[in-house]
Amino acid sequence: MADKQTKIRTKTQGNDTDVLVLVSHPMESGLRPDPKDKDKKVPAHFIEKMIFALNGKEVANADLGPAVSTDPLVGIKLKGAKAGDKLKVTWSDNKGESGSGEATIG
Amino acid sequence: MKKILLLLAVLGVIAGTTSAAVADPAADLNNLREFFKKKFPTVPFDEYANGLYALPDMQEYRDQWKLINEFPPYELGVADGKKKWETPFKNGKTFASCFKNGGKNIAQGYPYWDEASQKVRTAEMDLNDCLKKNGEPEFTDLDKDQAARVKLAQLTAYFYSLSAGQRIKIDLSSPGAVKAYEEGKKFWWQRRGQLNFACSNCHMDLAGKNFGGNQPLSAALGHTTAWPAQRLEWGRLETIHQRYKTCNSQVRAKPFKHGSDIYNNLQLYETYMSSGLPLTAPAMRN
Repeated sequence: MADKQTKIRTKTQGNDTDVLVLVSHPMESGLRPDPKDKDKKVPAHFIEKMIFALNGKEVANADLGPAVSTDPLVGIKLKGAKAGDKLKVTWSDNKGESGSGEATIG
Repeated sequence: MKKILLLLAVLGVIAGTTSAAVADPAADLNNLREFFKKKFPTVPFDEYANGLYALPDMQEYRDQWKLINEFPPYELGVADGKKKWETPFKNGKTFASCFKNGGKNIAQGYPYWDEASQKVRTAEMDLNDCLKKNGEPEFTDLDKDQAARVKLAQLTAYFYSLSAGQRIKIDLSSPGAVKAYEEGKKFWWQRRGQLNFACSNCHMDLAGKNFGGNQPLSAALGHTTAWPAQRLEWGRLETIHQRYKTCNSQVRAKPFKHGSDIYNNLQLYETYMSSGLPLTAPAMRN
């Protein structure tokens, strides 16, 4: 996806690495009334799955849902990640769209 | 009798001279700085660029703000603004061609007085003019069309980010600029709305306190340094004029139009009052 950005930031302290992922996504729950037509609802559009992979191996996954806010910020804590390791985050939403971002742990 | 006449004449002369000397921006600036120095003696001058988070009773808000700044959500909007800034127009030029120095390190002089049009010009206006000059569609209907306004705010935010850290320097040398400044000053001190508040009531007298429970009030000093900013409440980058509009409606006054002369003048006054502070825009605000 070209228009949806996935930004990643990592911070290592000792053995632990904090990973923060920010995705530009509308995260429509499907319950909000359409501002133009009150009888209709804005169709649901939210991230369902987010997968974190370190050097190609899955280390964590998250199930997101309609309760998560617009432009979600998701954080995980990794143990034993080394500097120079490649982290890849991929997400997919209920409309079949997906996106990914990569970062090098430093 | 003669003496009384003479006395009256002398008084008249004195009264005449005092009423003539009204516009003195430099003295106003000094007064405002002294006011806040007295009110918050522990806050260093440069800290005021961080808005309400600089004030002593705002530690809770400051802690939150610091955490958000680890990965601020406005980065998404600024990235969009950057893309727009760098994408060439149909004629091959970019936004950088419309500005001095390619747009870098010039935002500290905005808004400025334009002699040719005899108006105050903001960064938003210049960016829109750049689109017009190059035959591209402008951002219009900024009052109603939120998407267009946010796009303009993102672009302006990127423009300001190119000048981050520059100290605000407003040129008020021409009489027209001083006149616009005076009008902005009048707006600042004038009470309005059902709540009968002037800008100065909240942002000078009550600065550093909460309004209606959960709306922390910032100090007038350093008001414009962070804008366009992203507010937690809004979750998107917005222009300073949108903030003025919501500020006006919060005191139950009818807001003016986005980009109206009165807001331009107010922005000129407020920015001049923040002279010497570094630009921190874009930033997070409550």
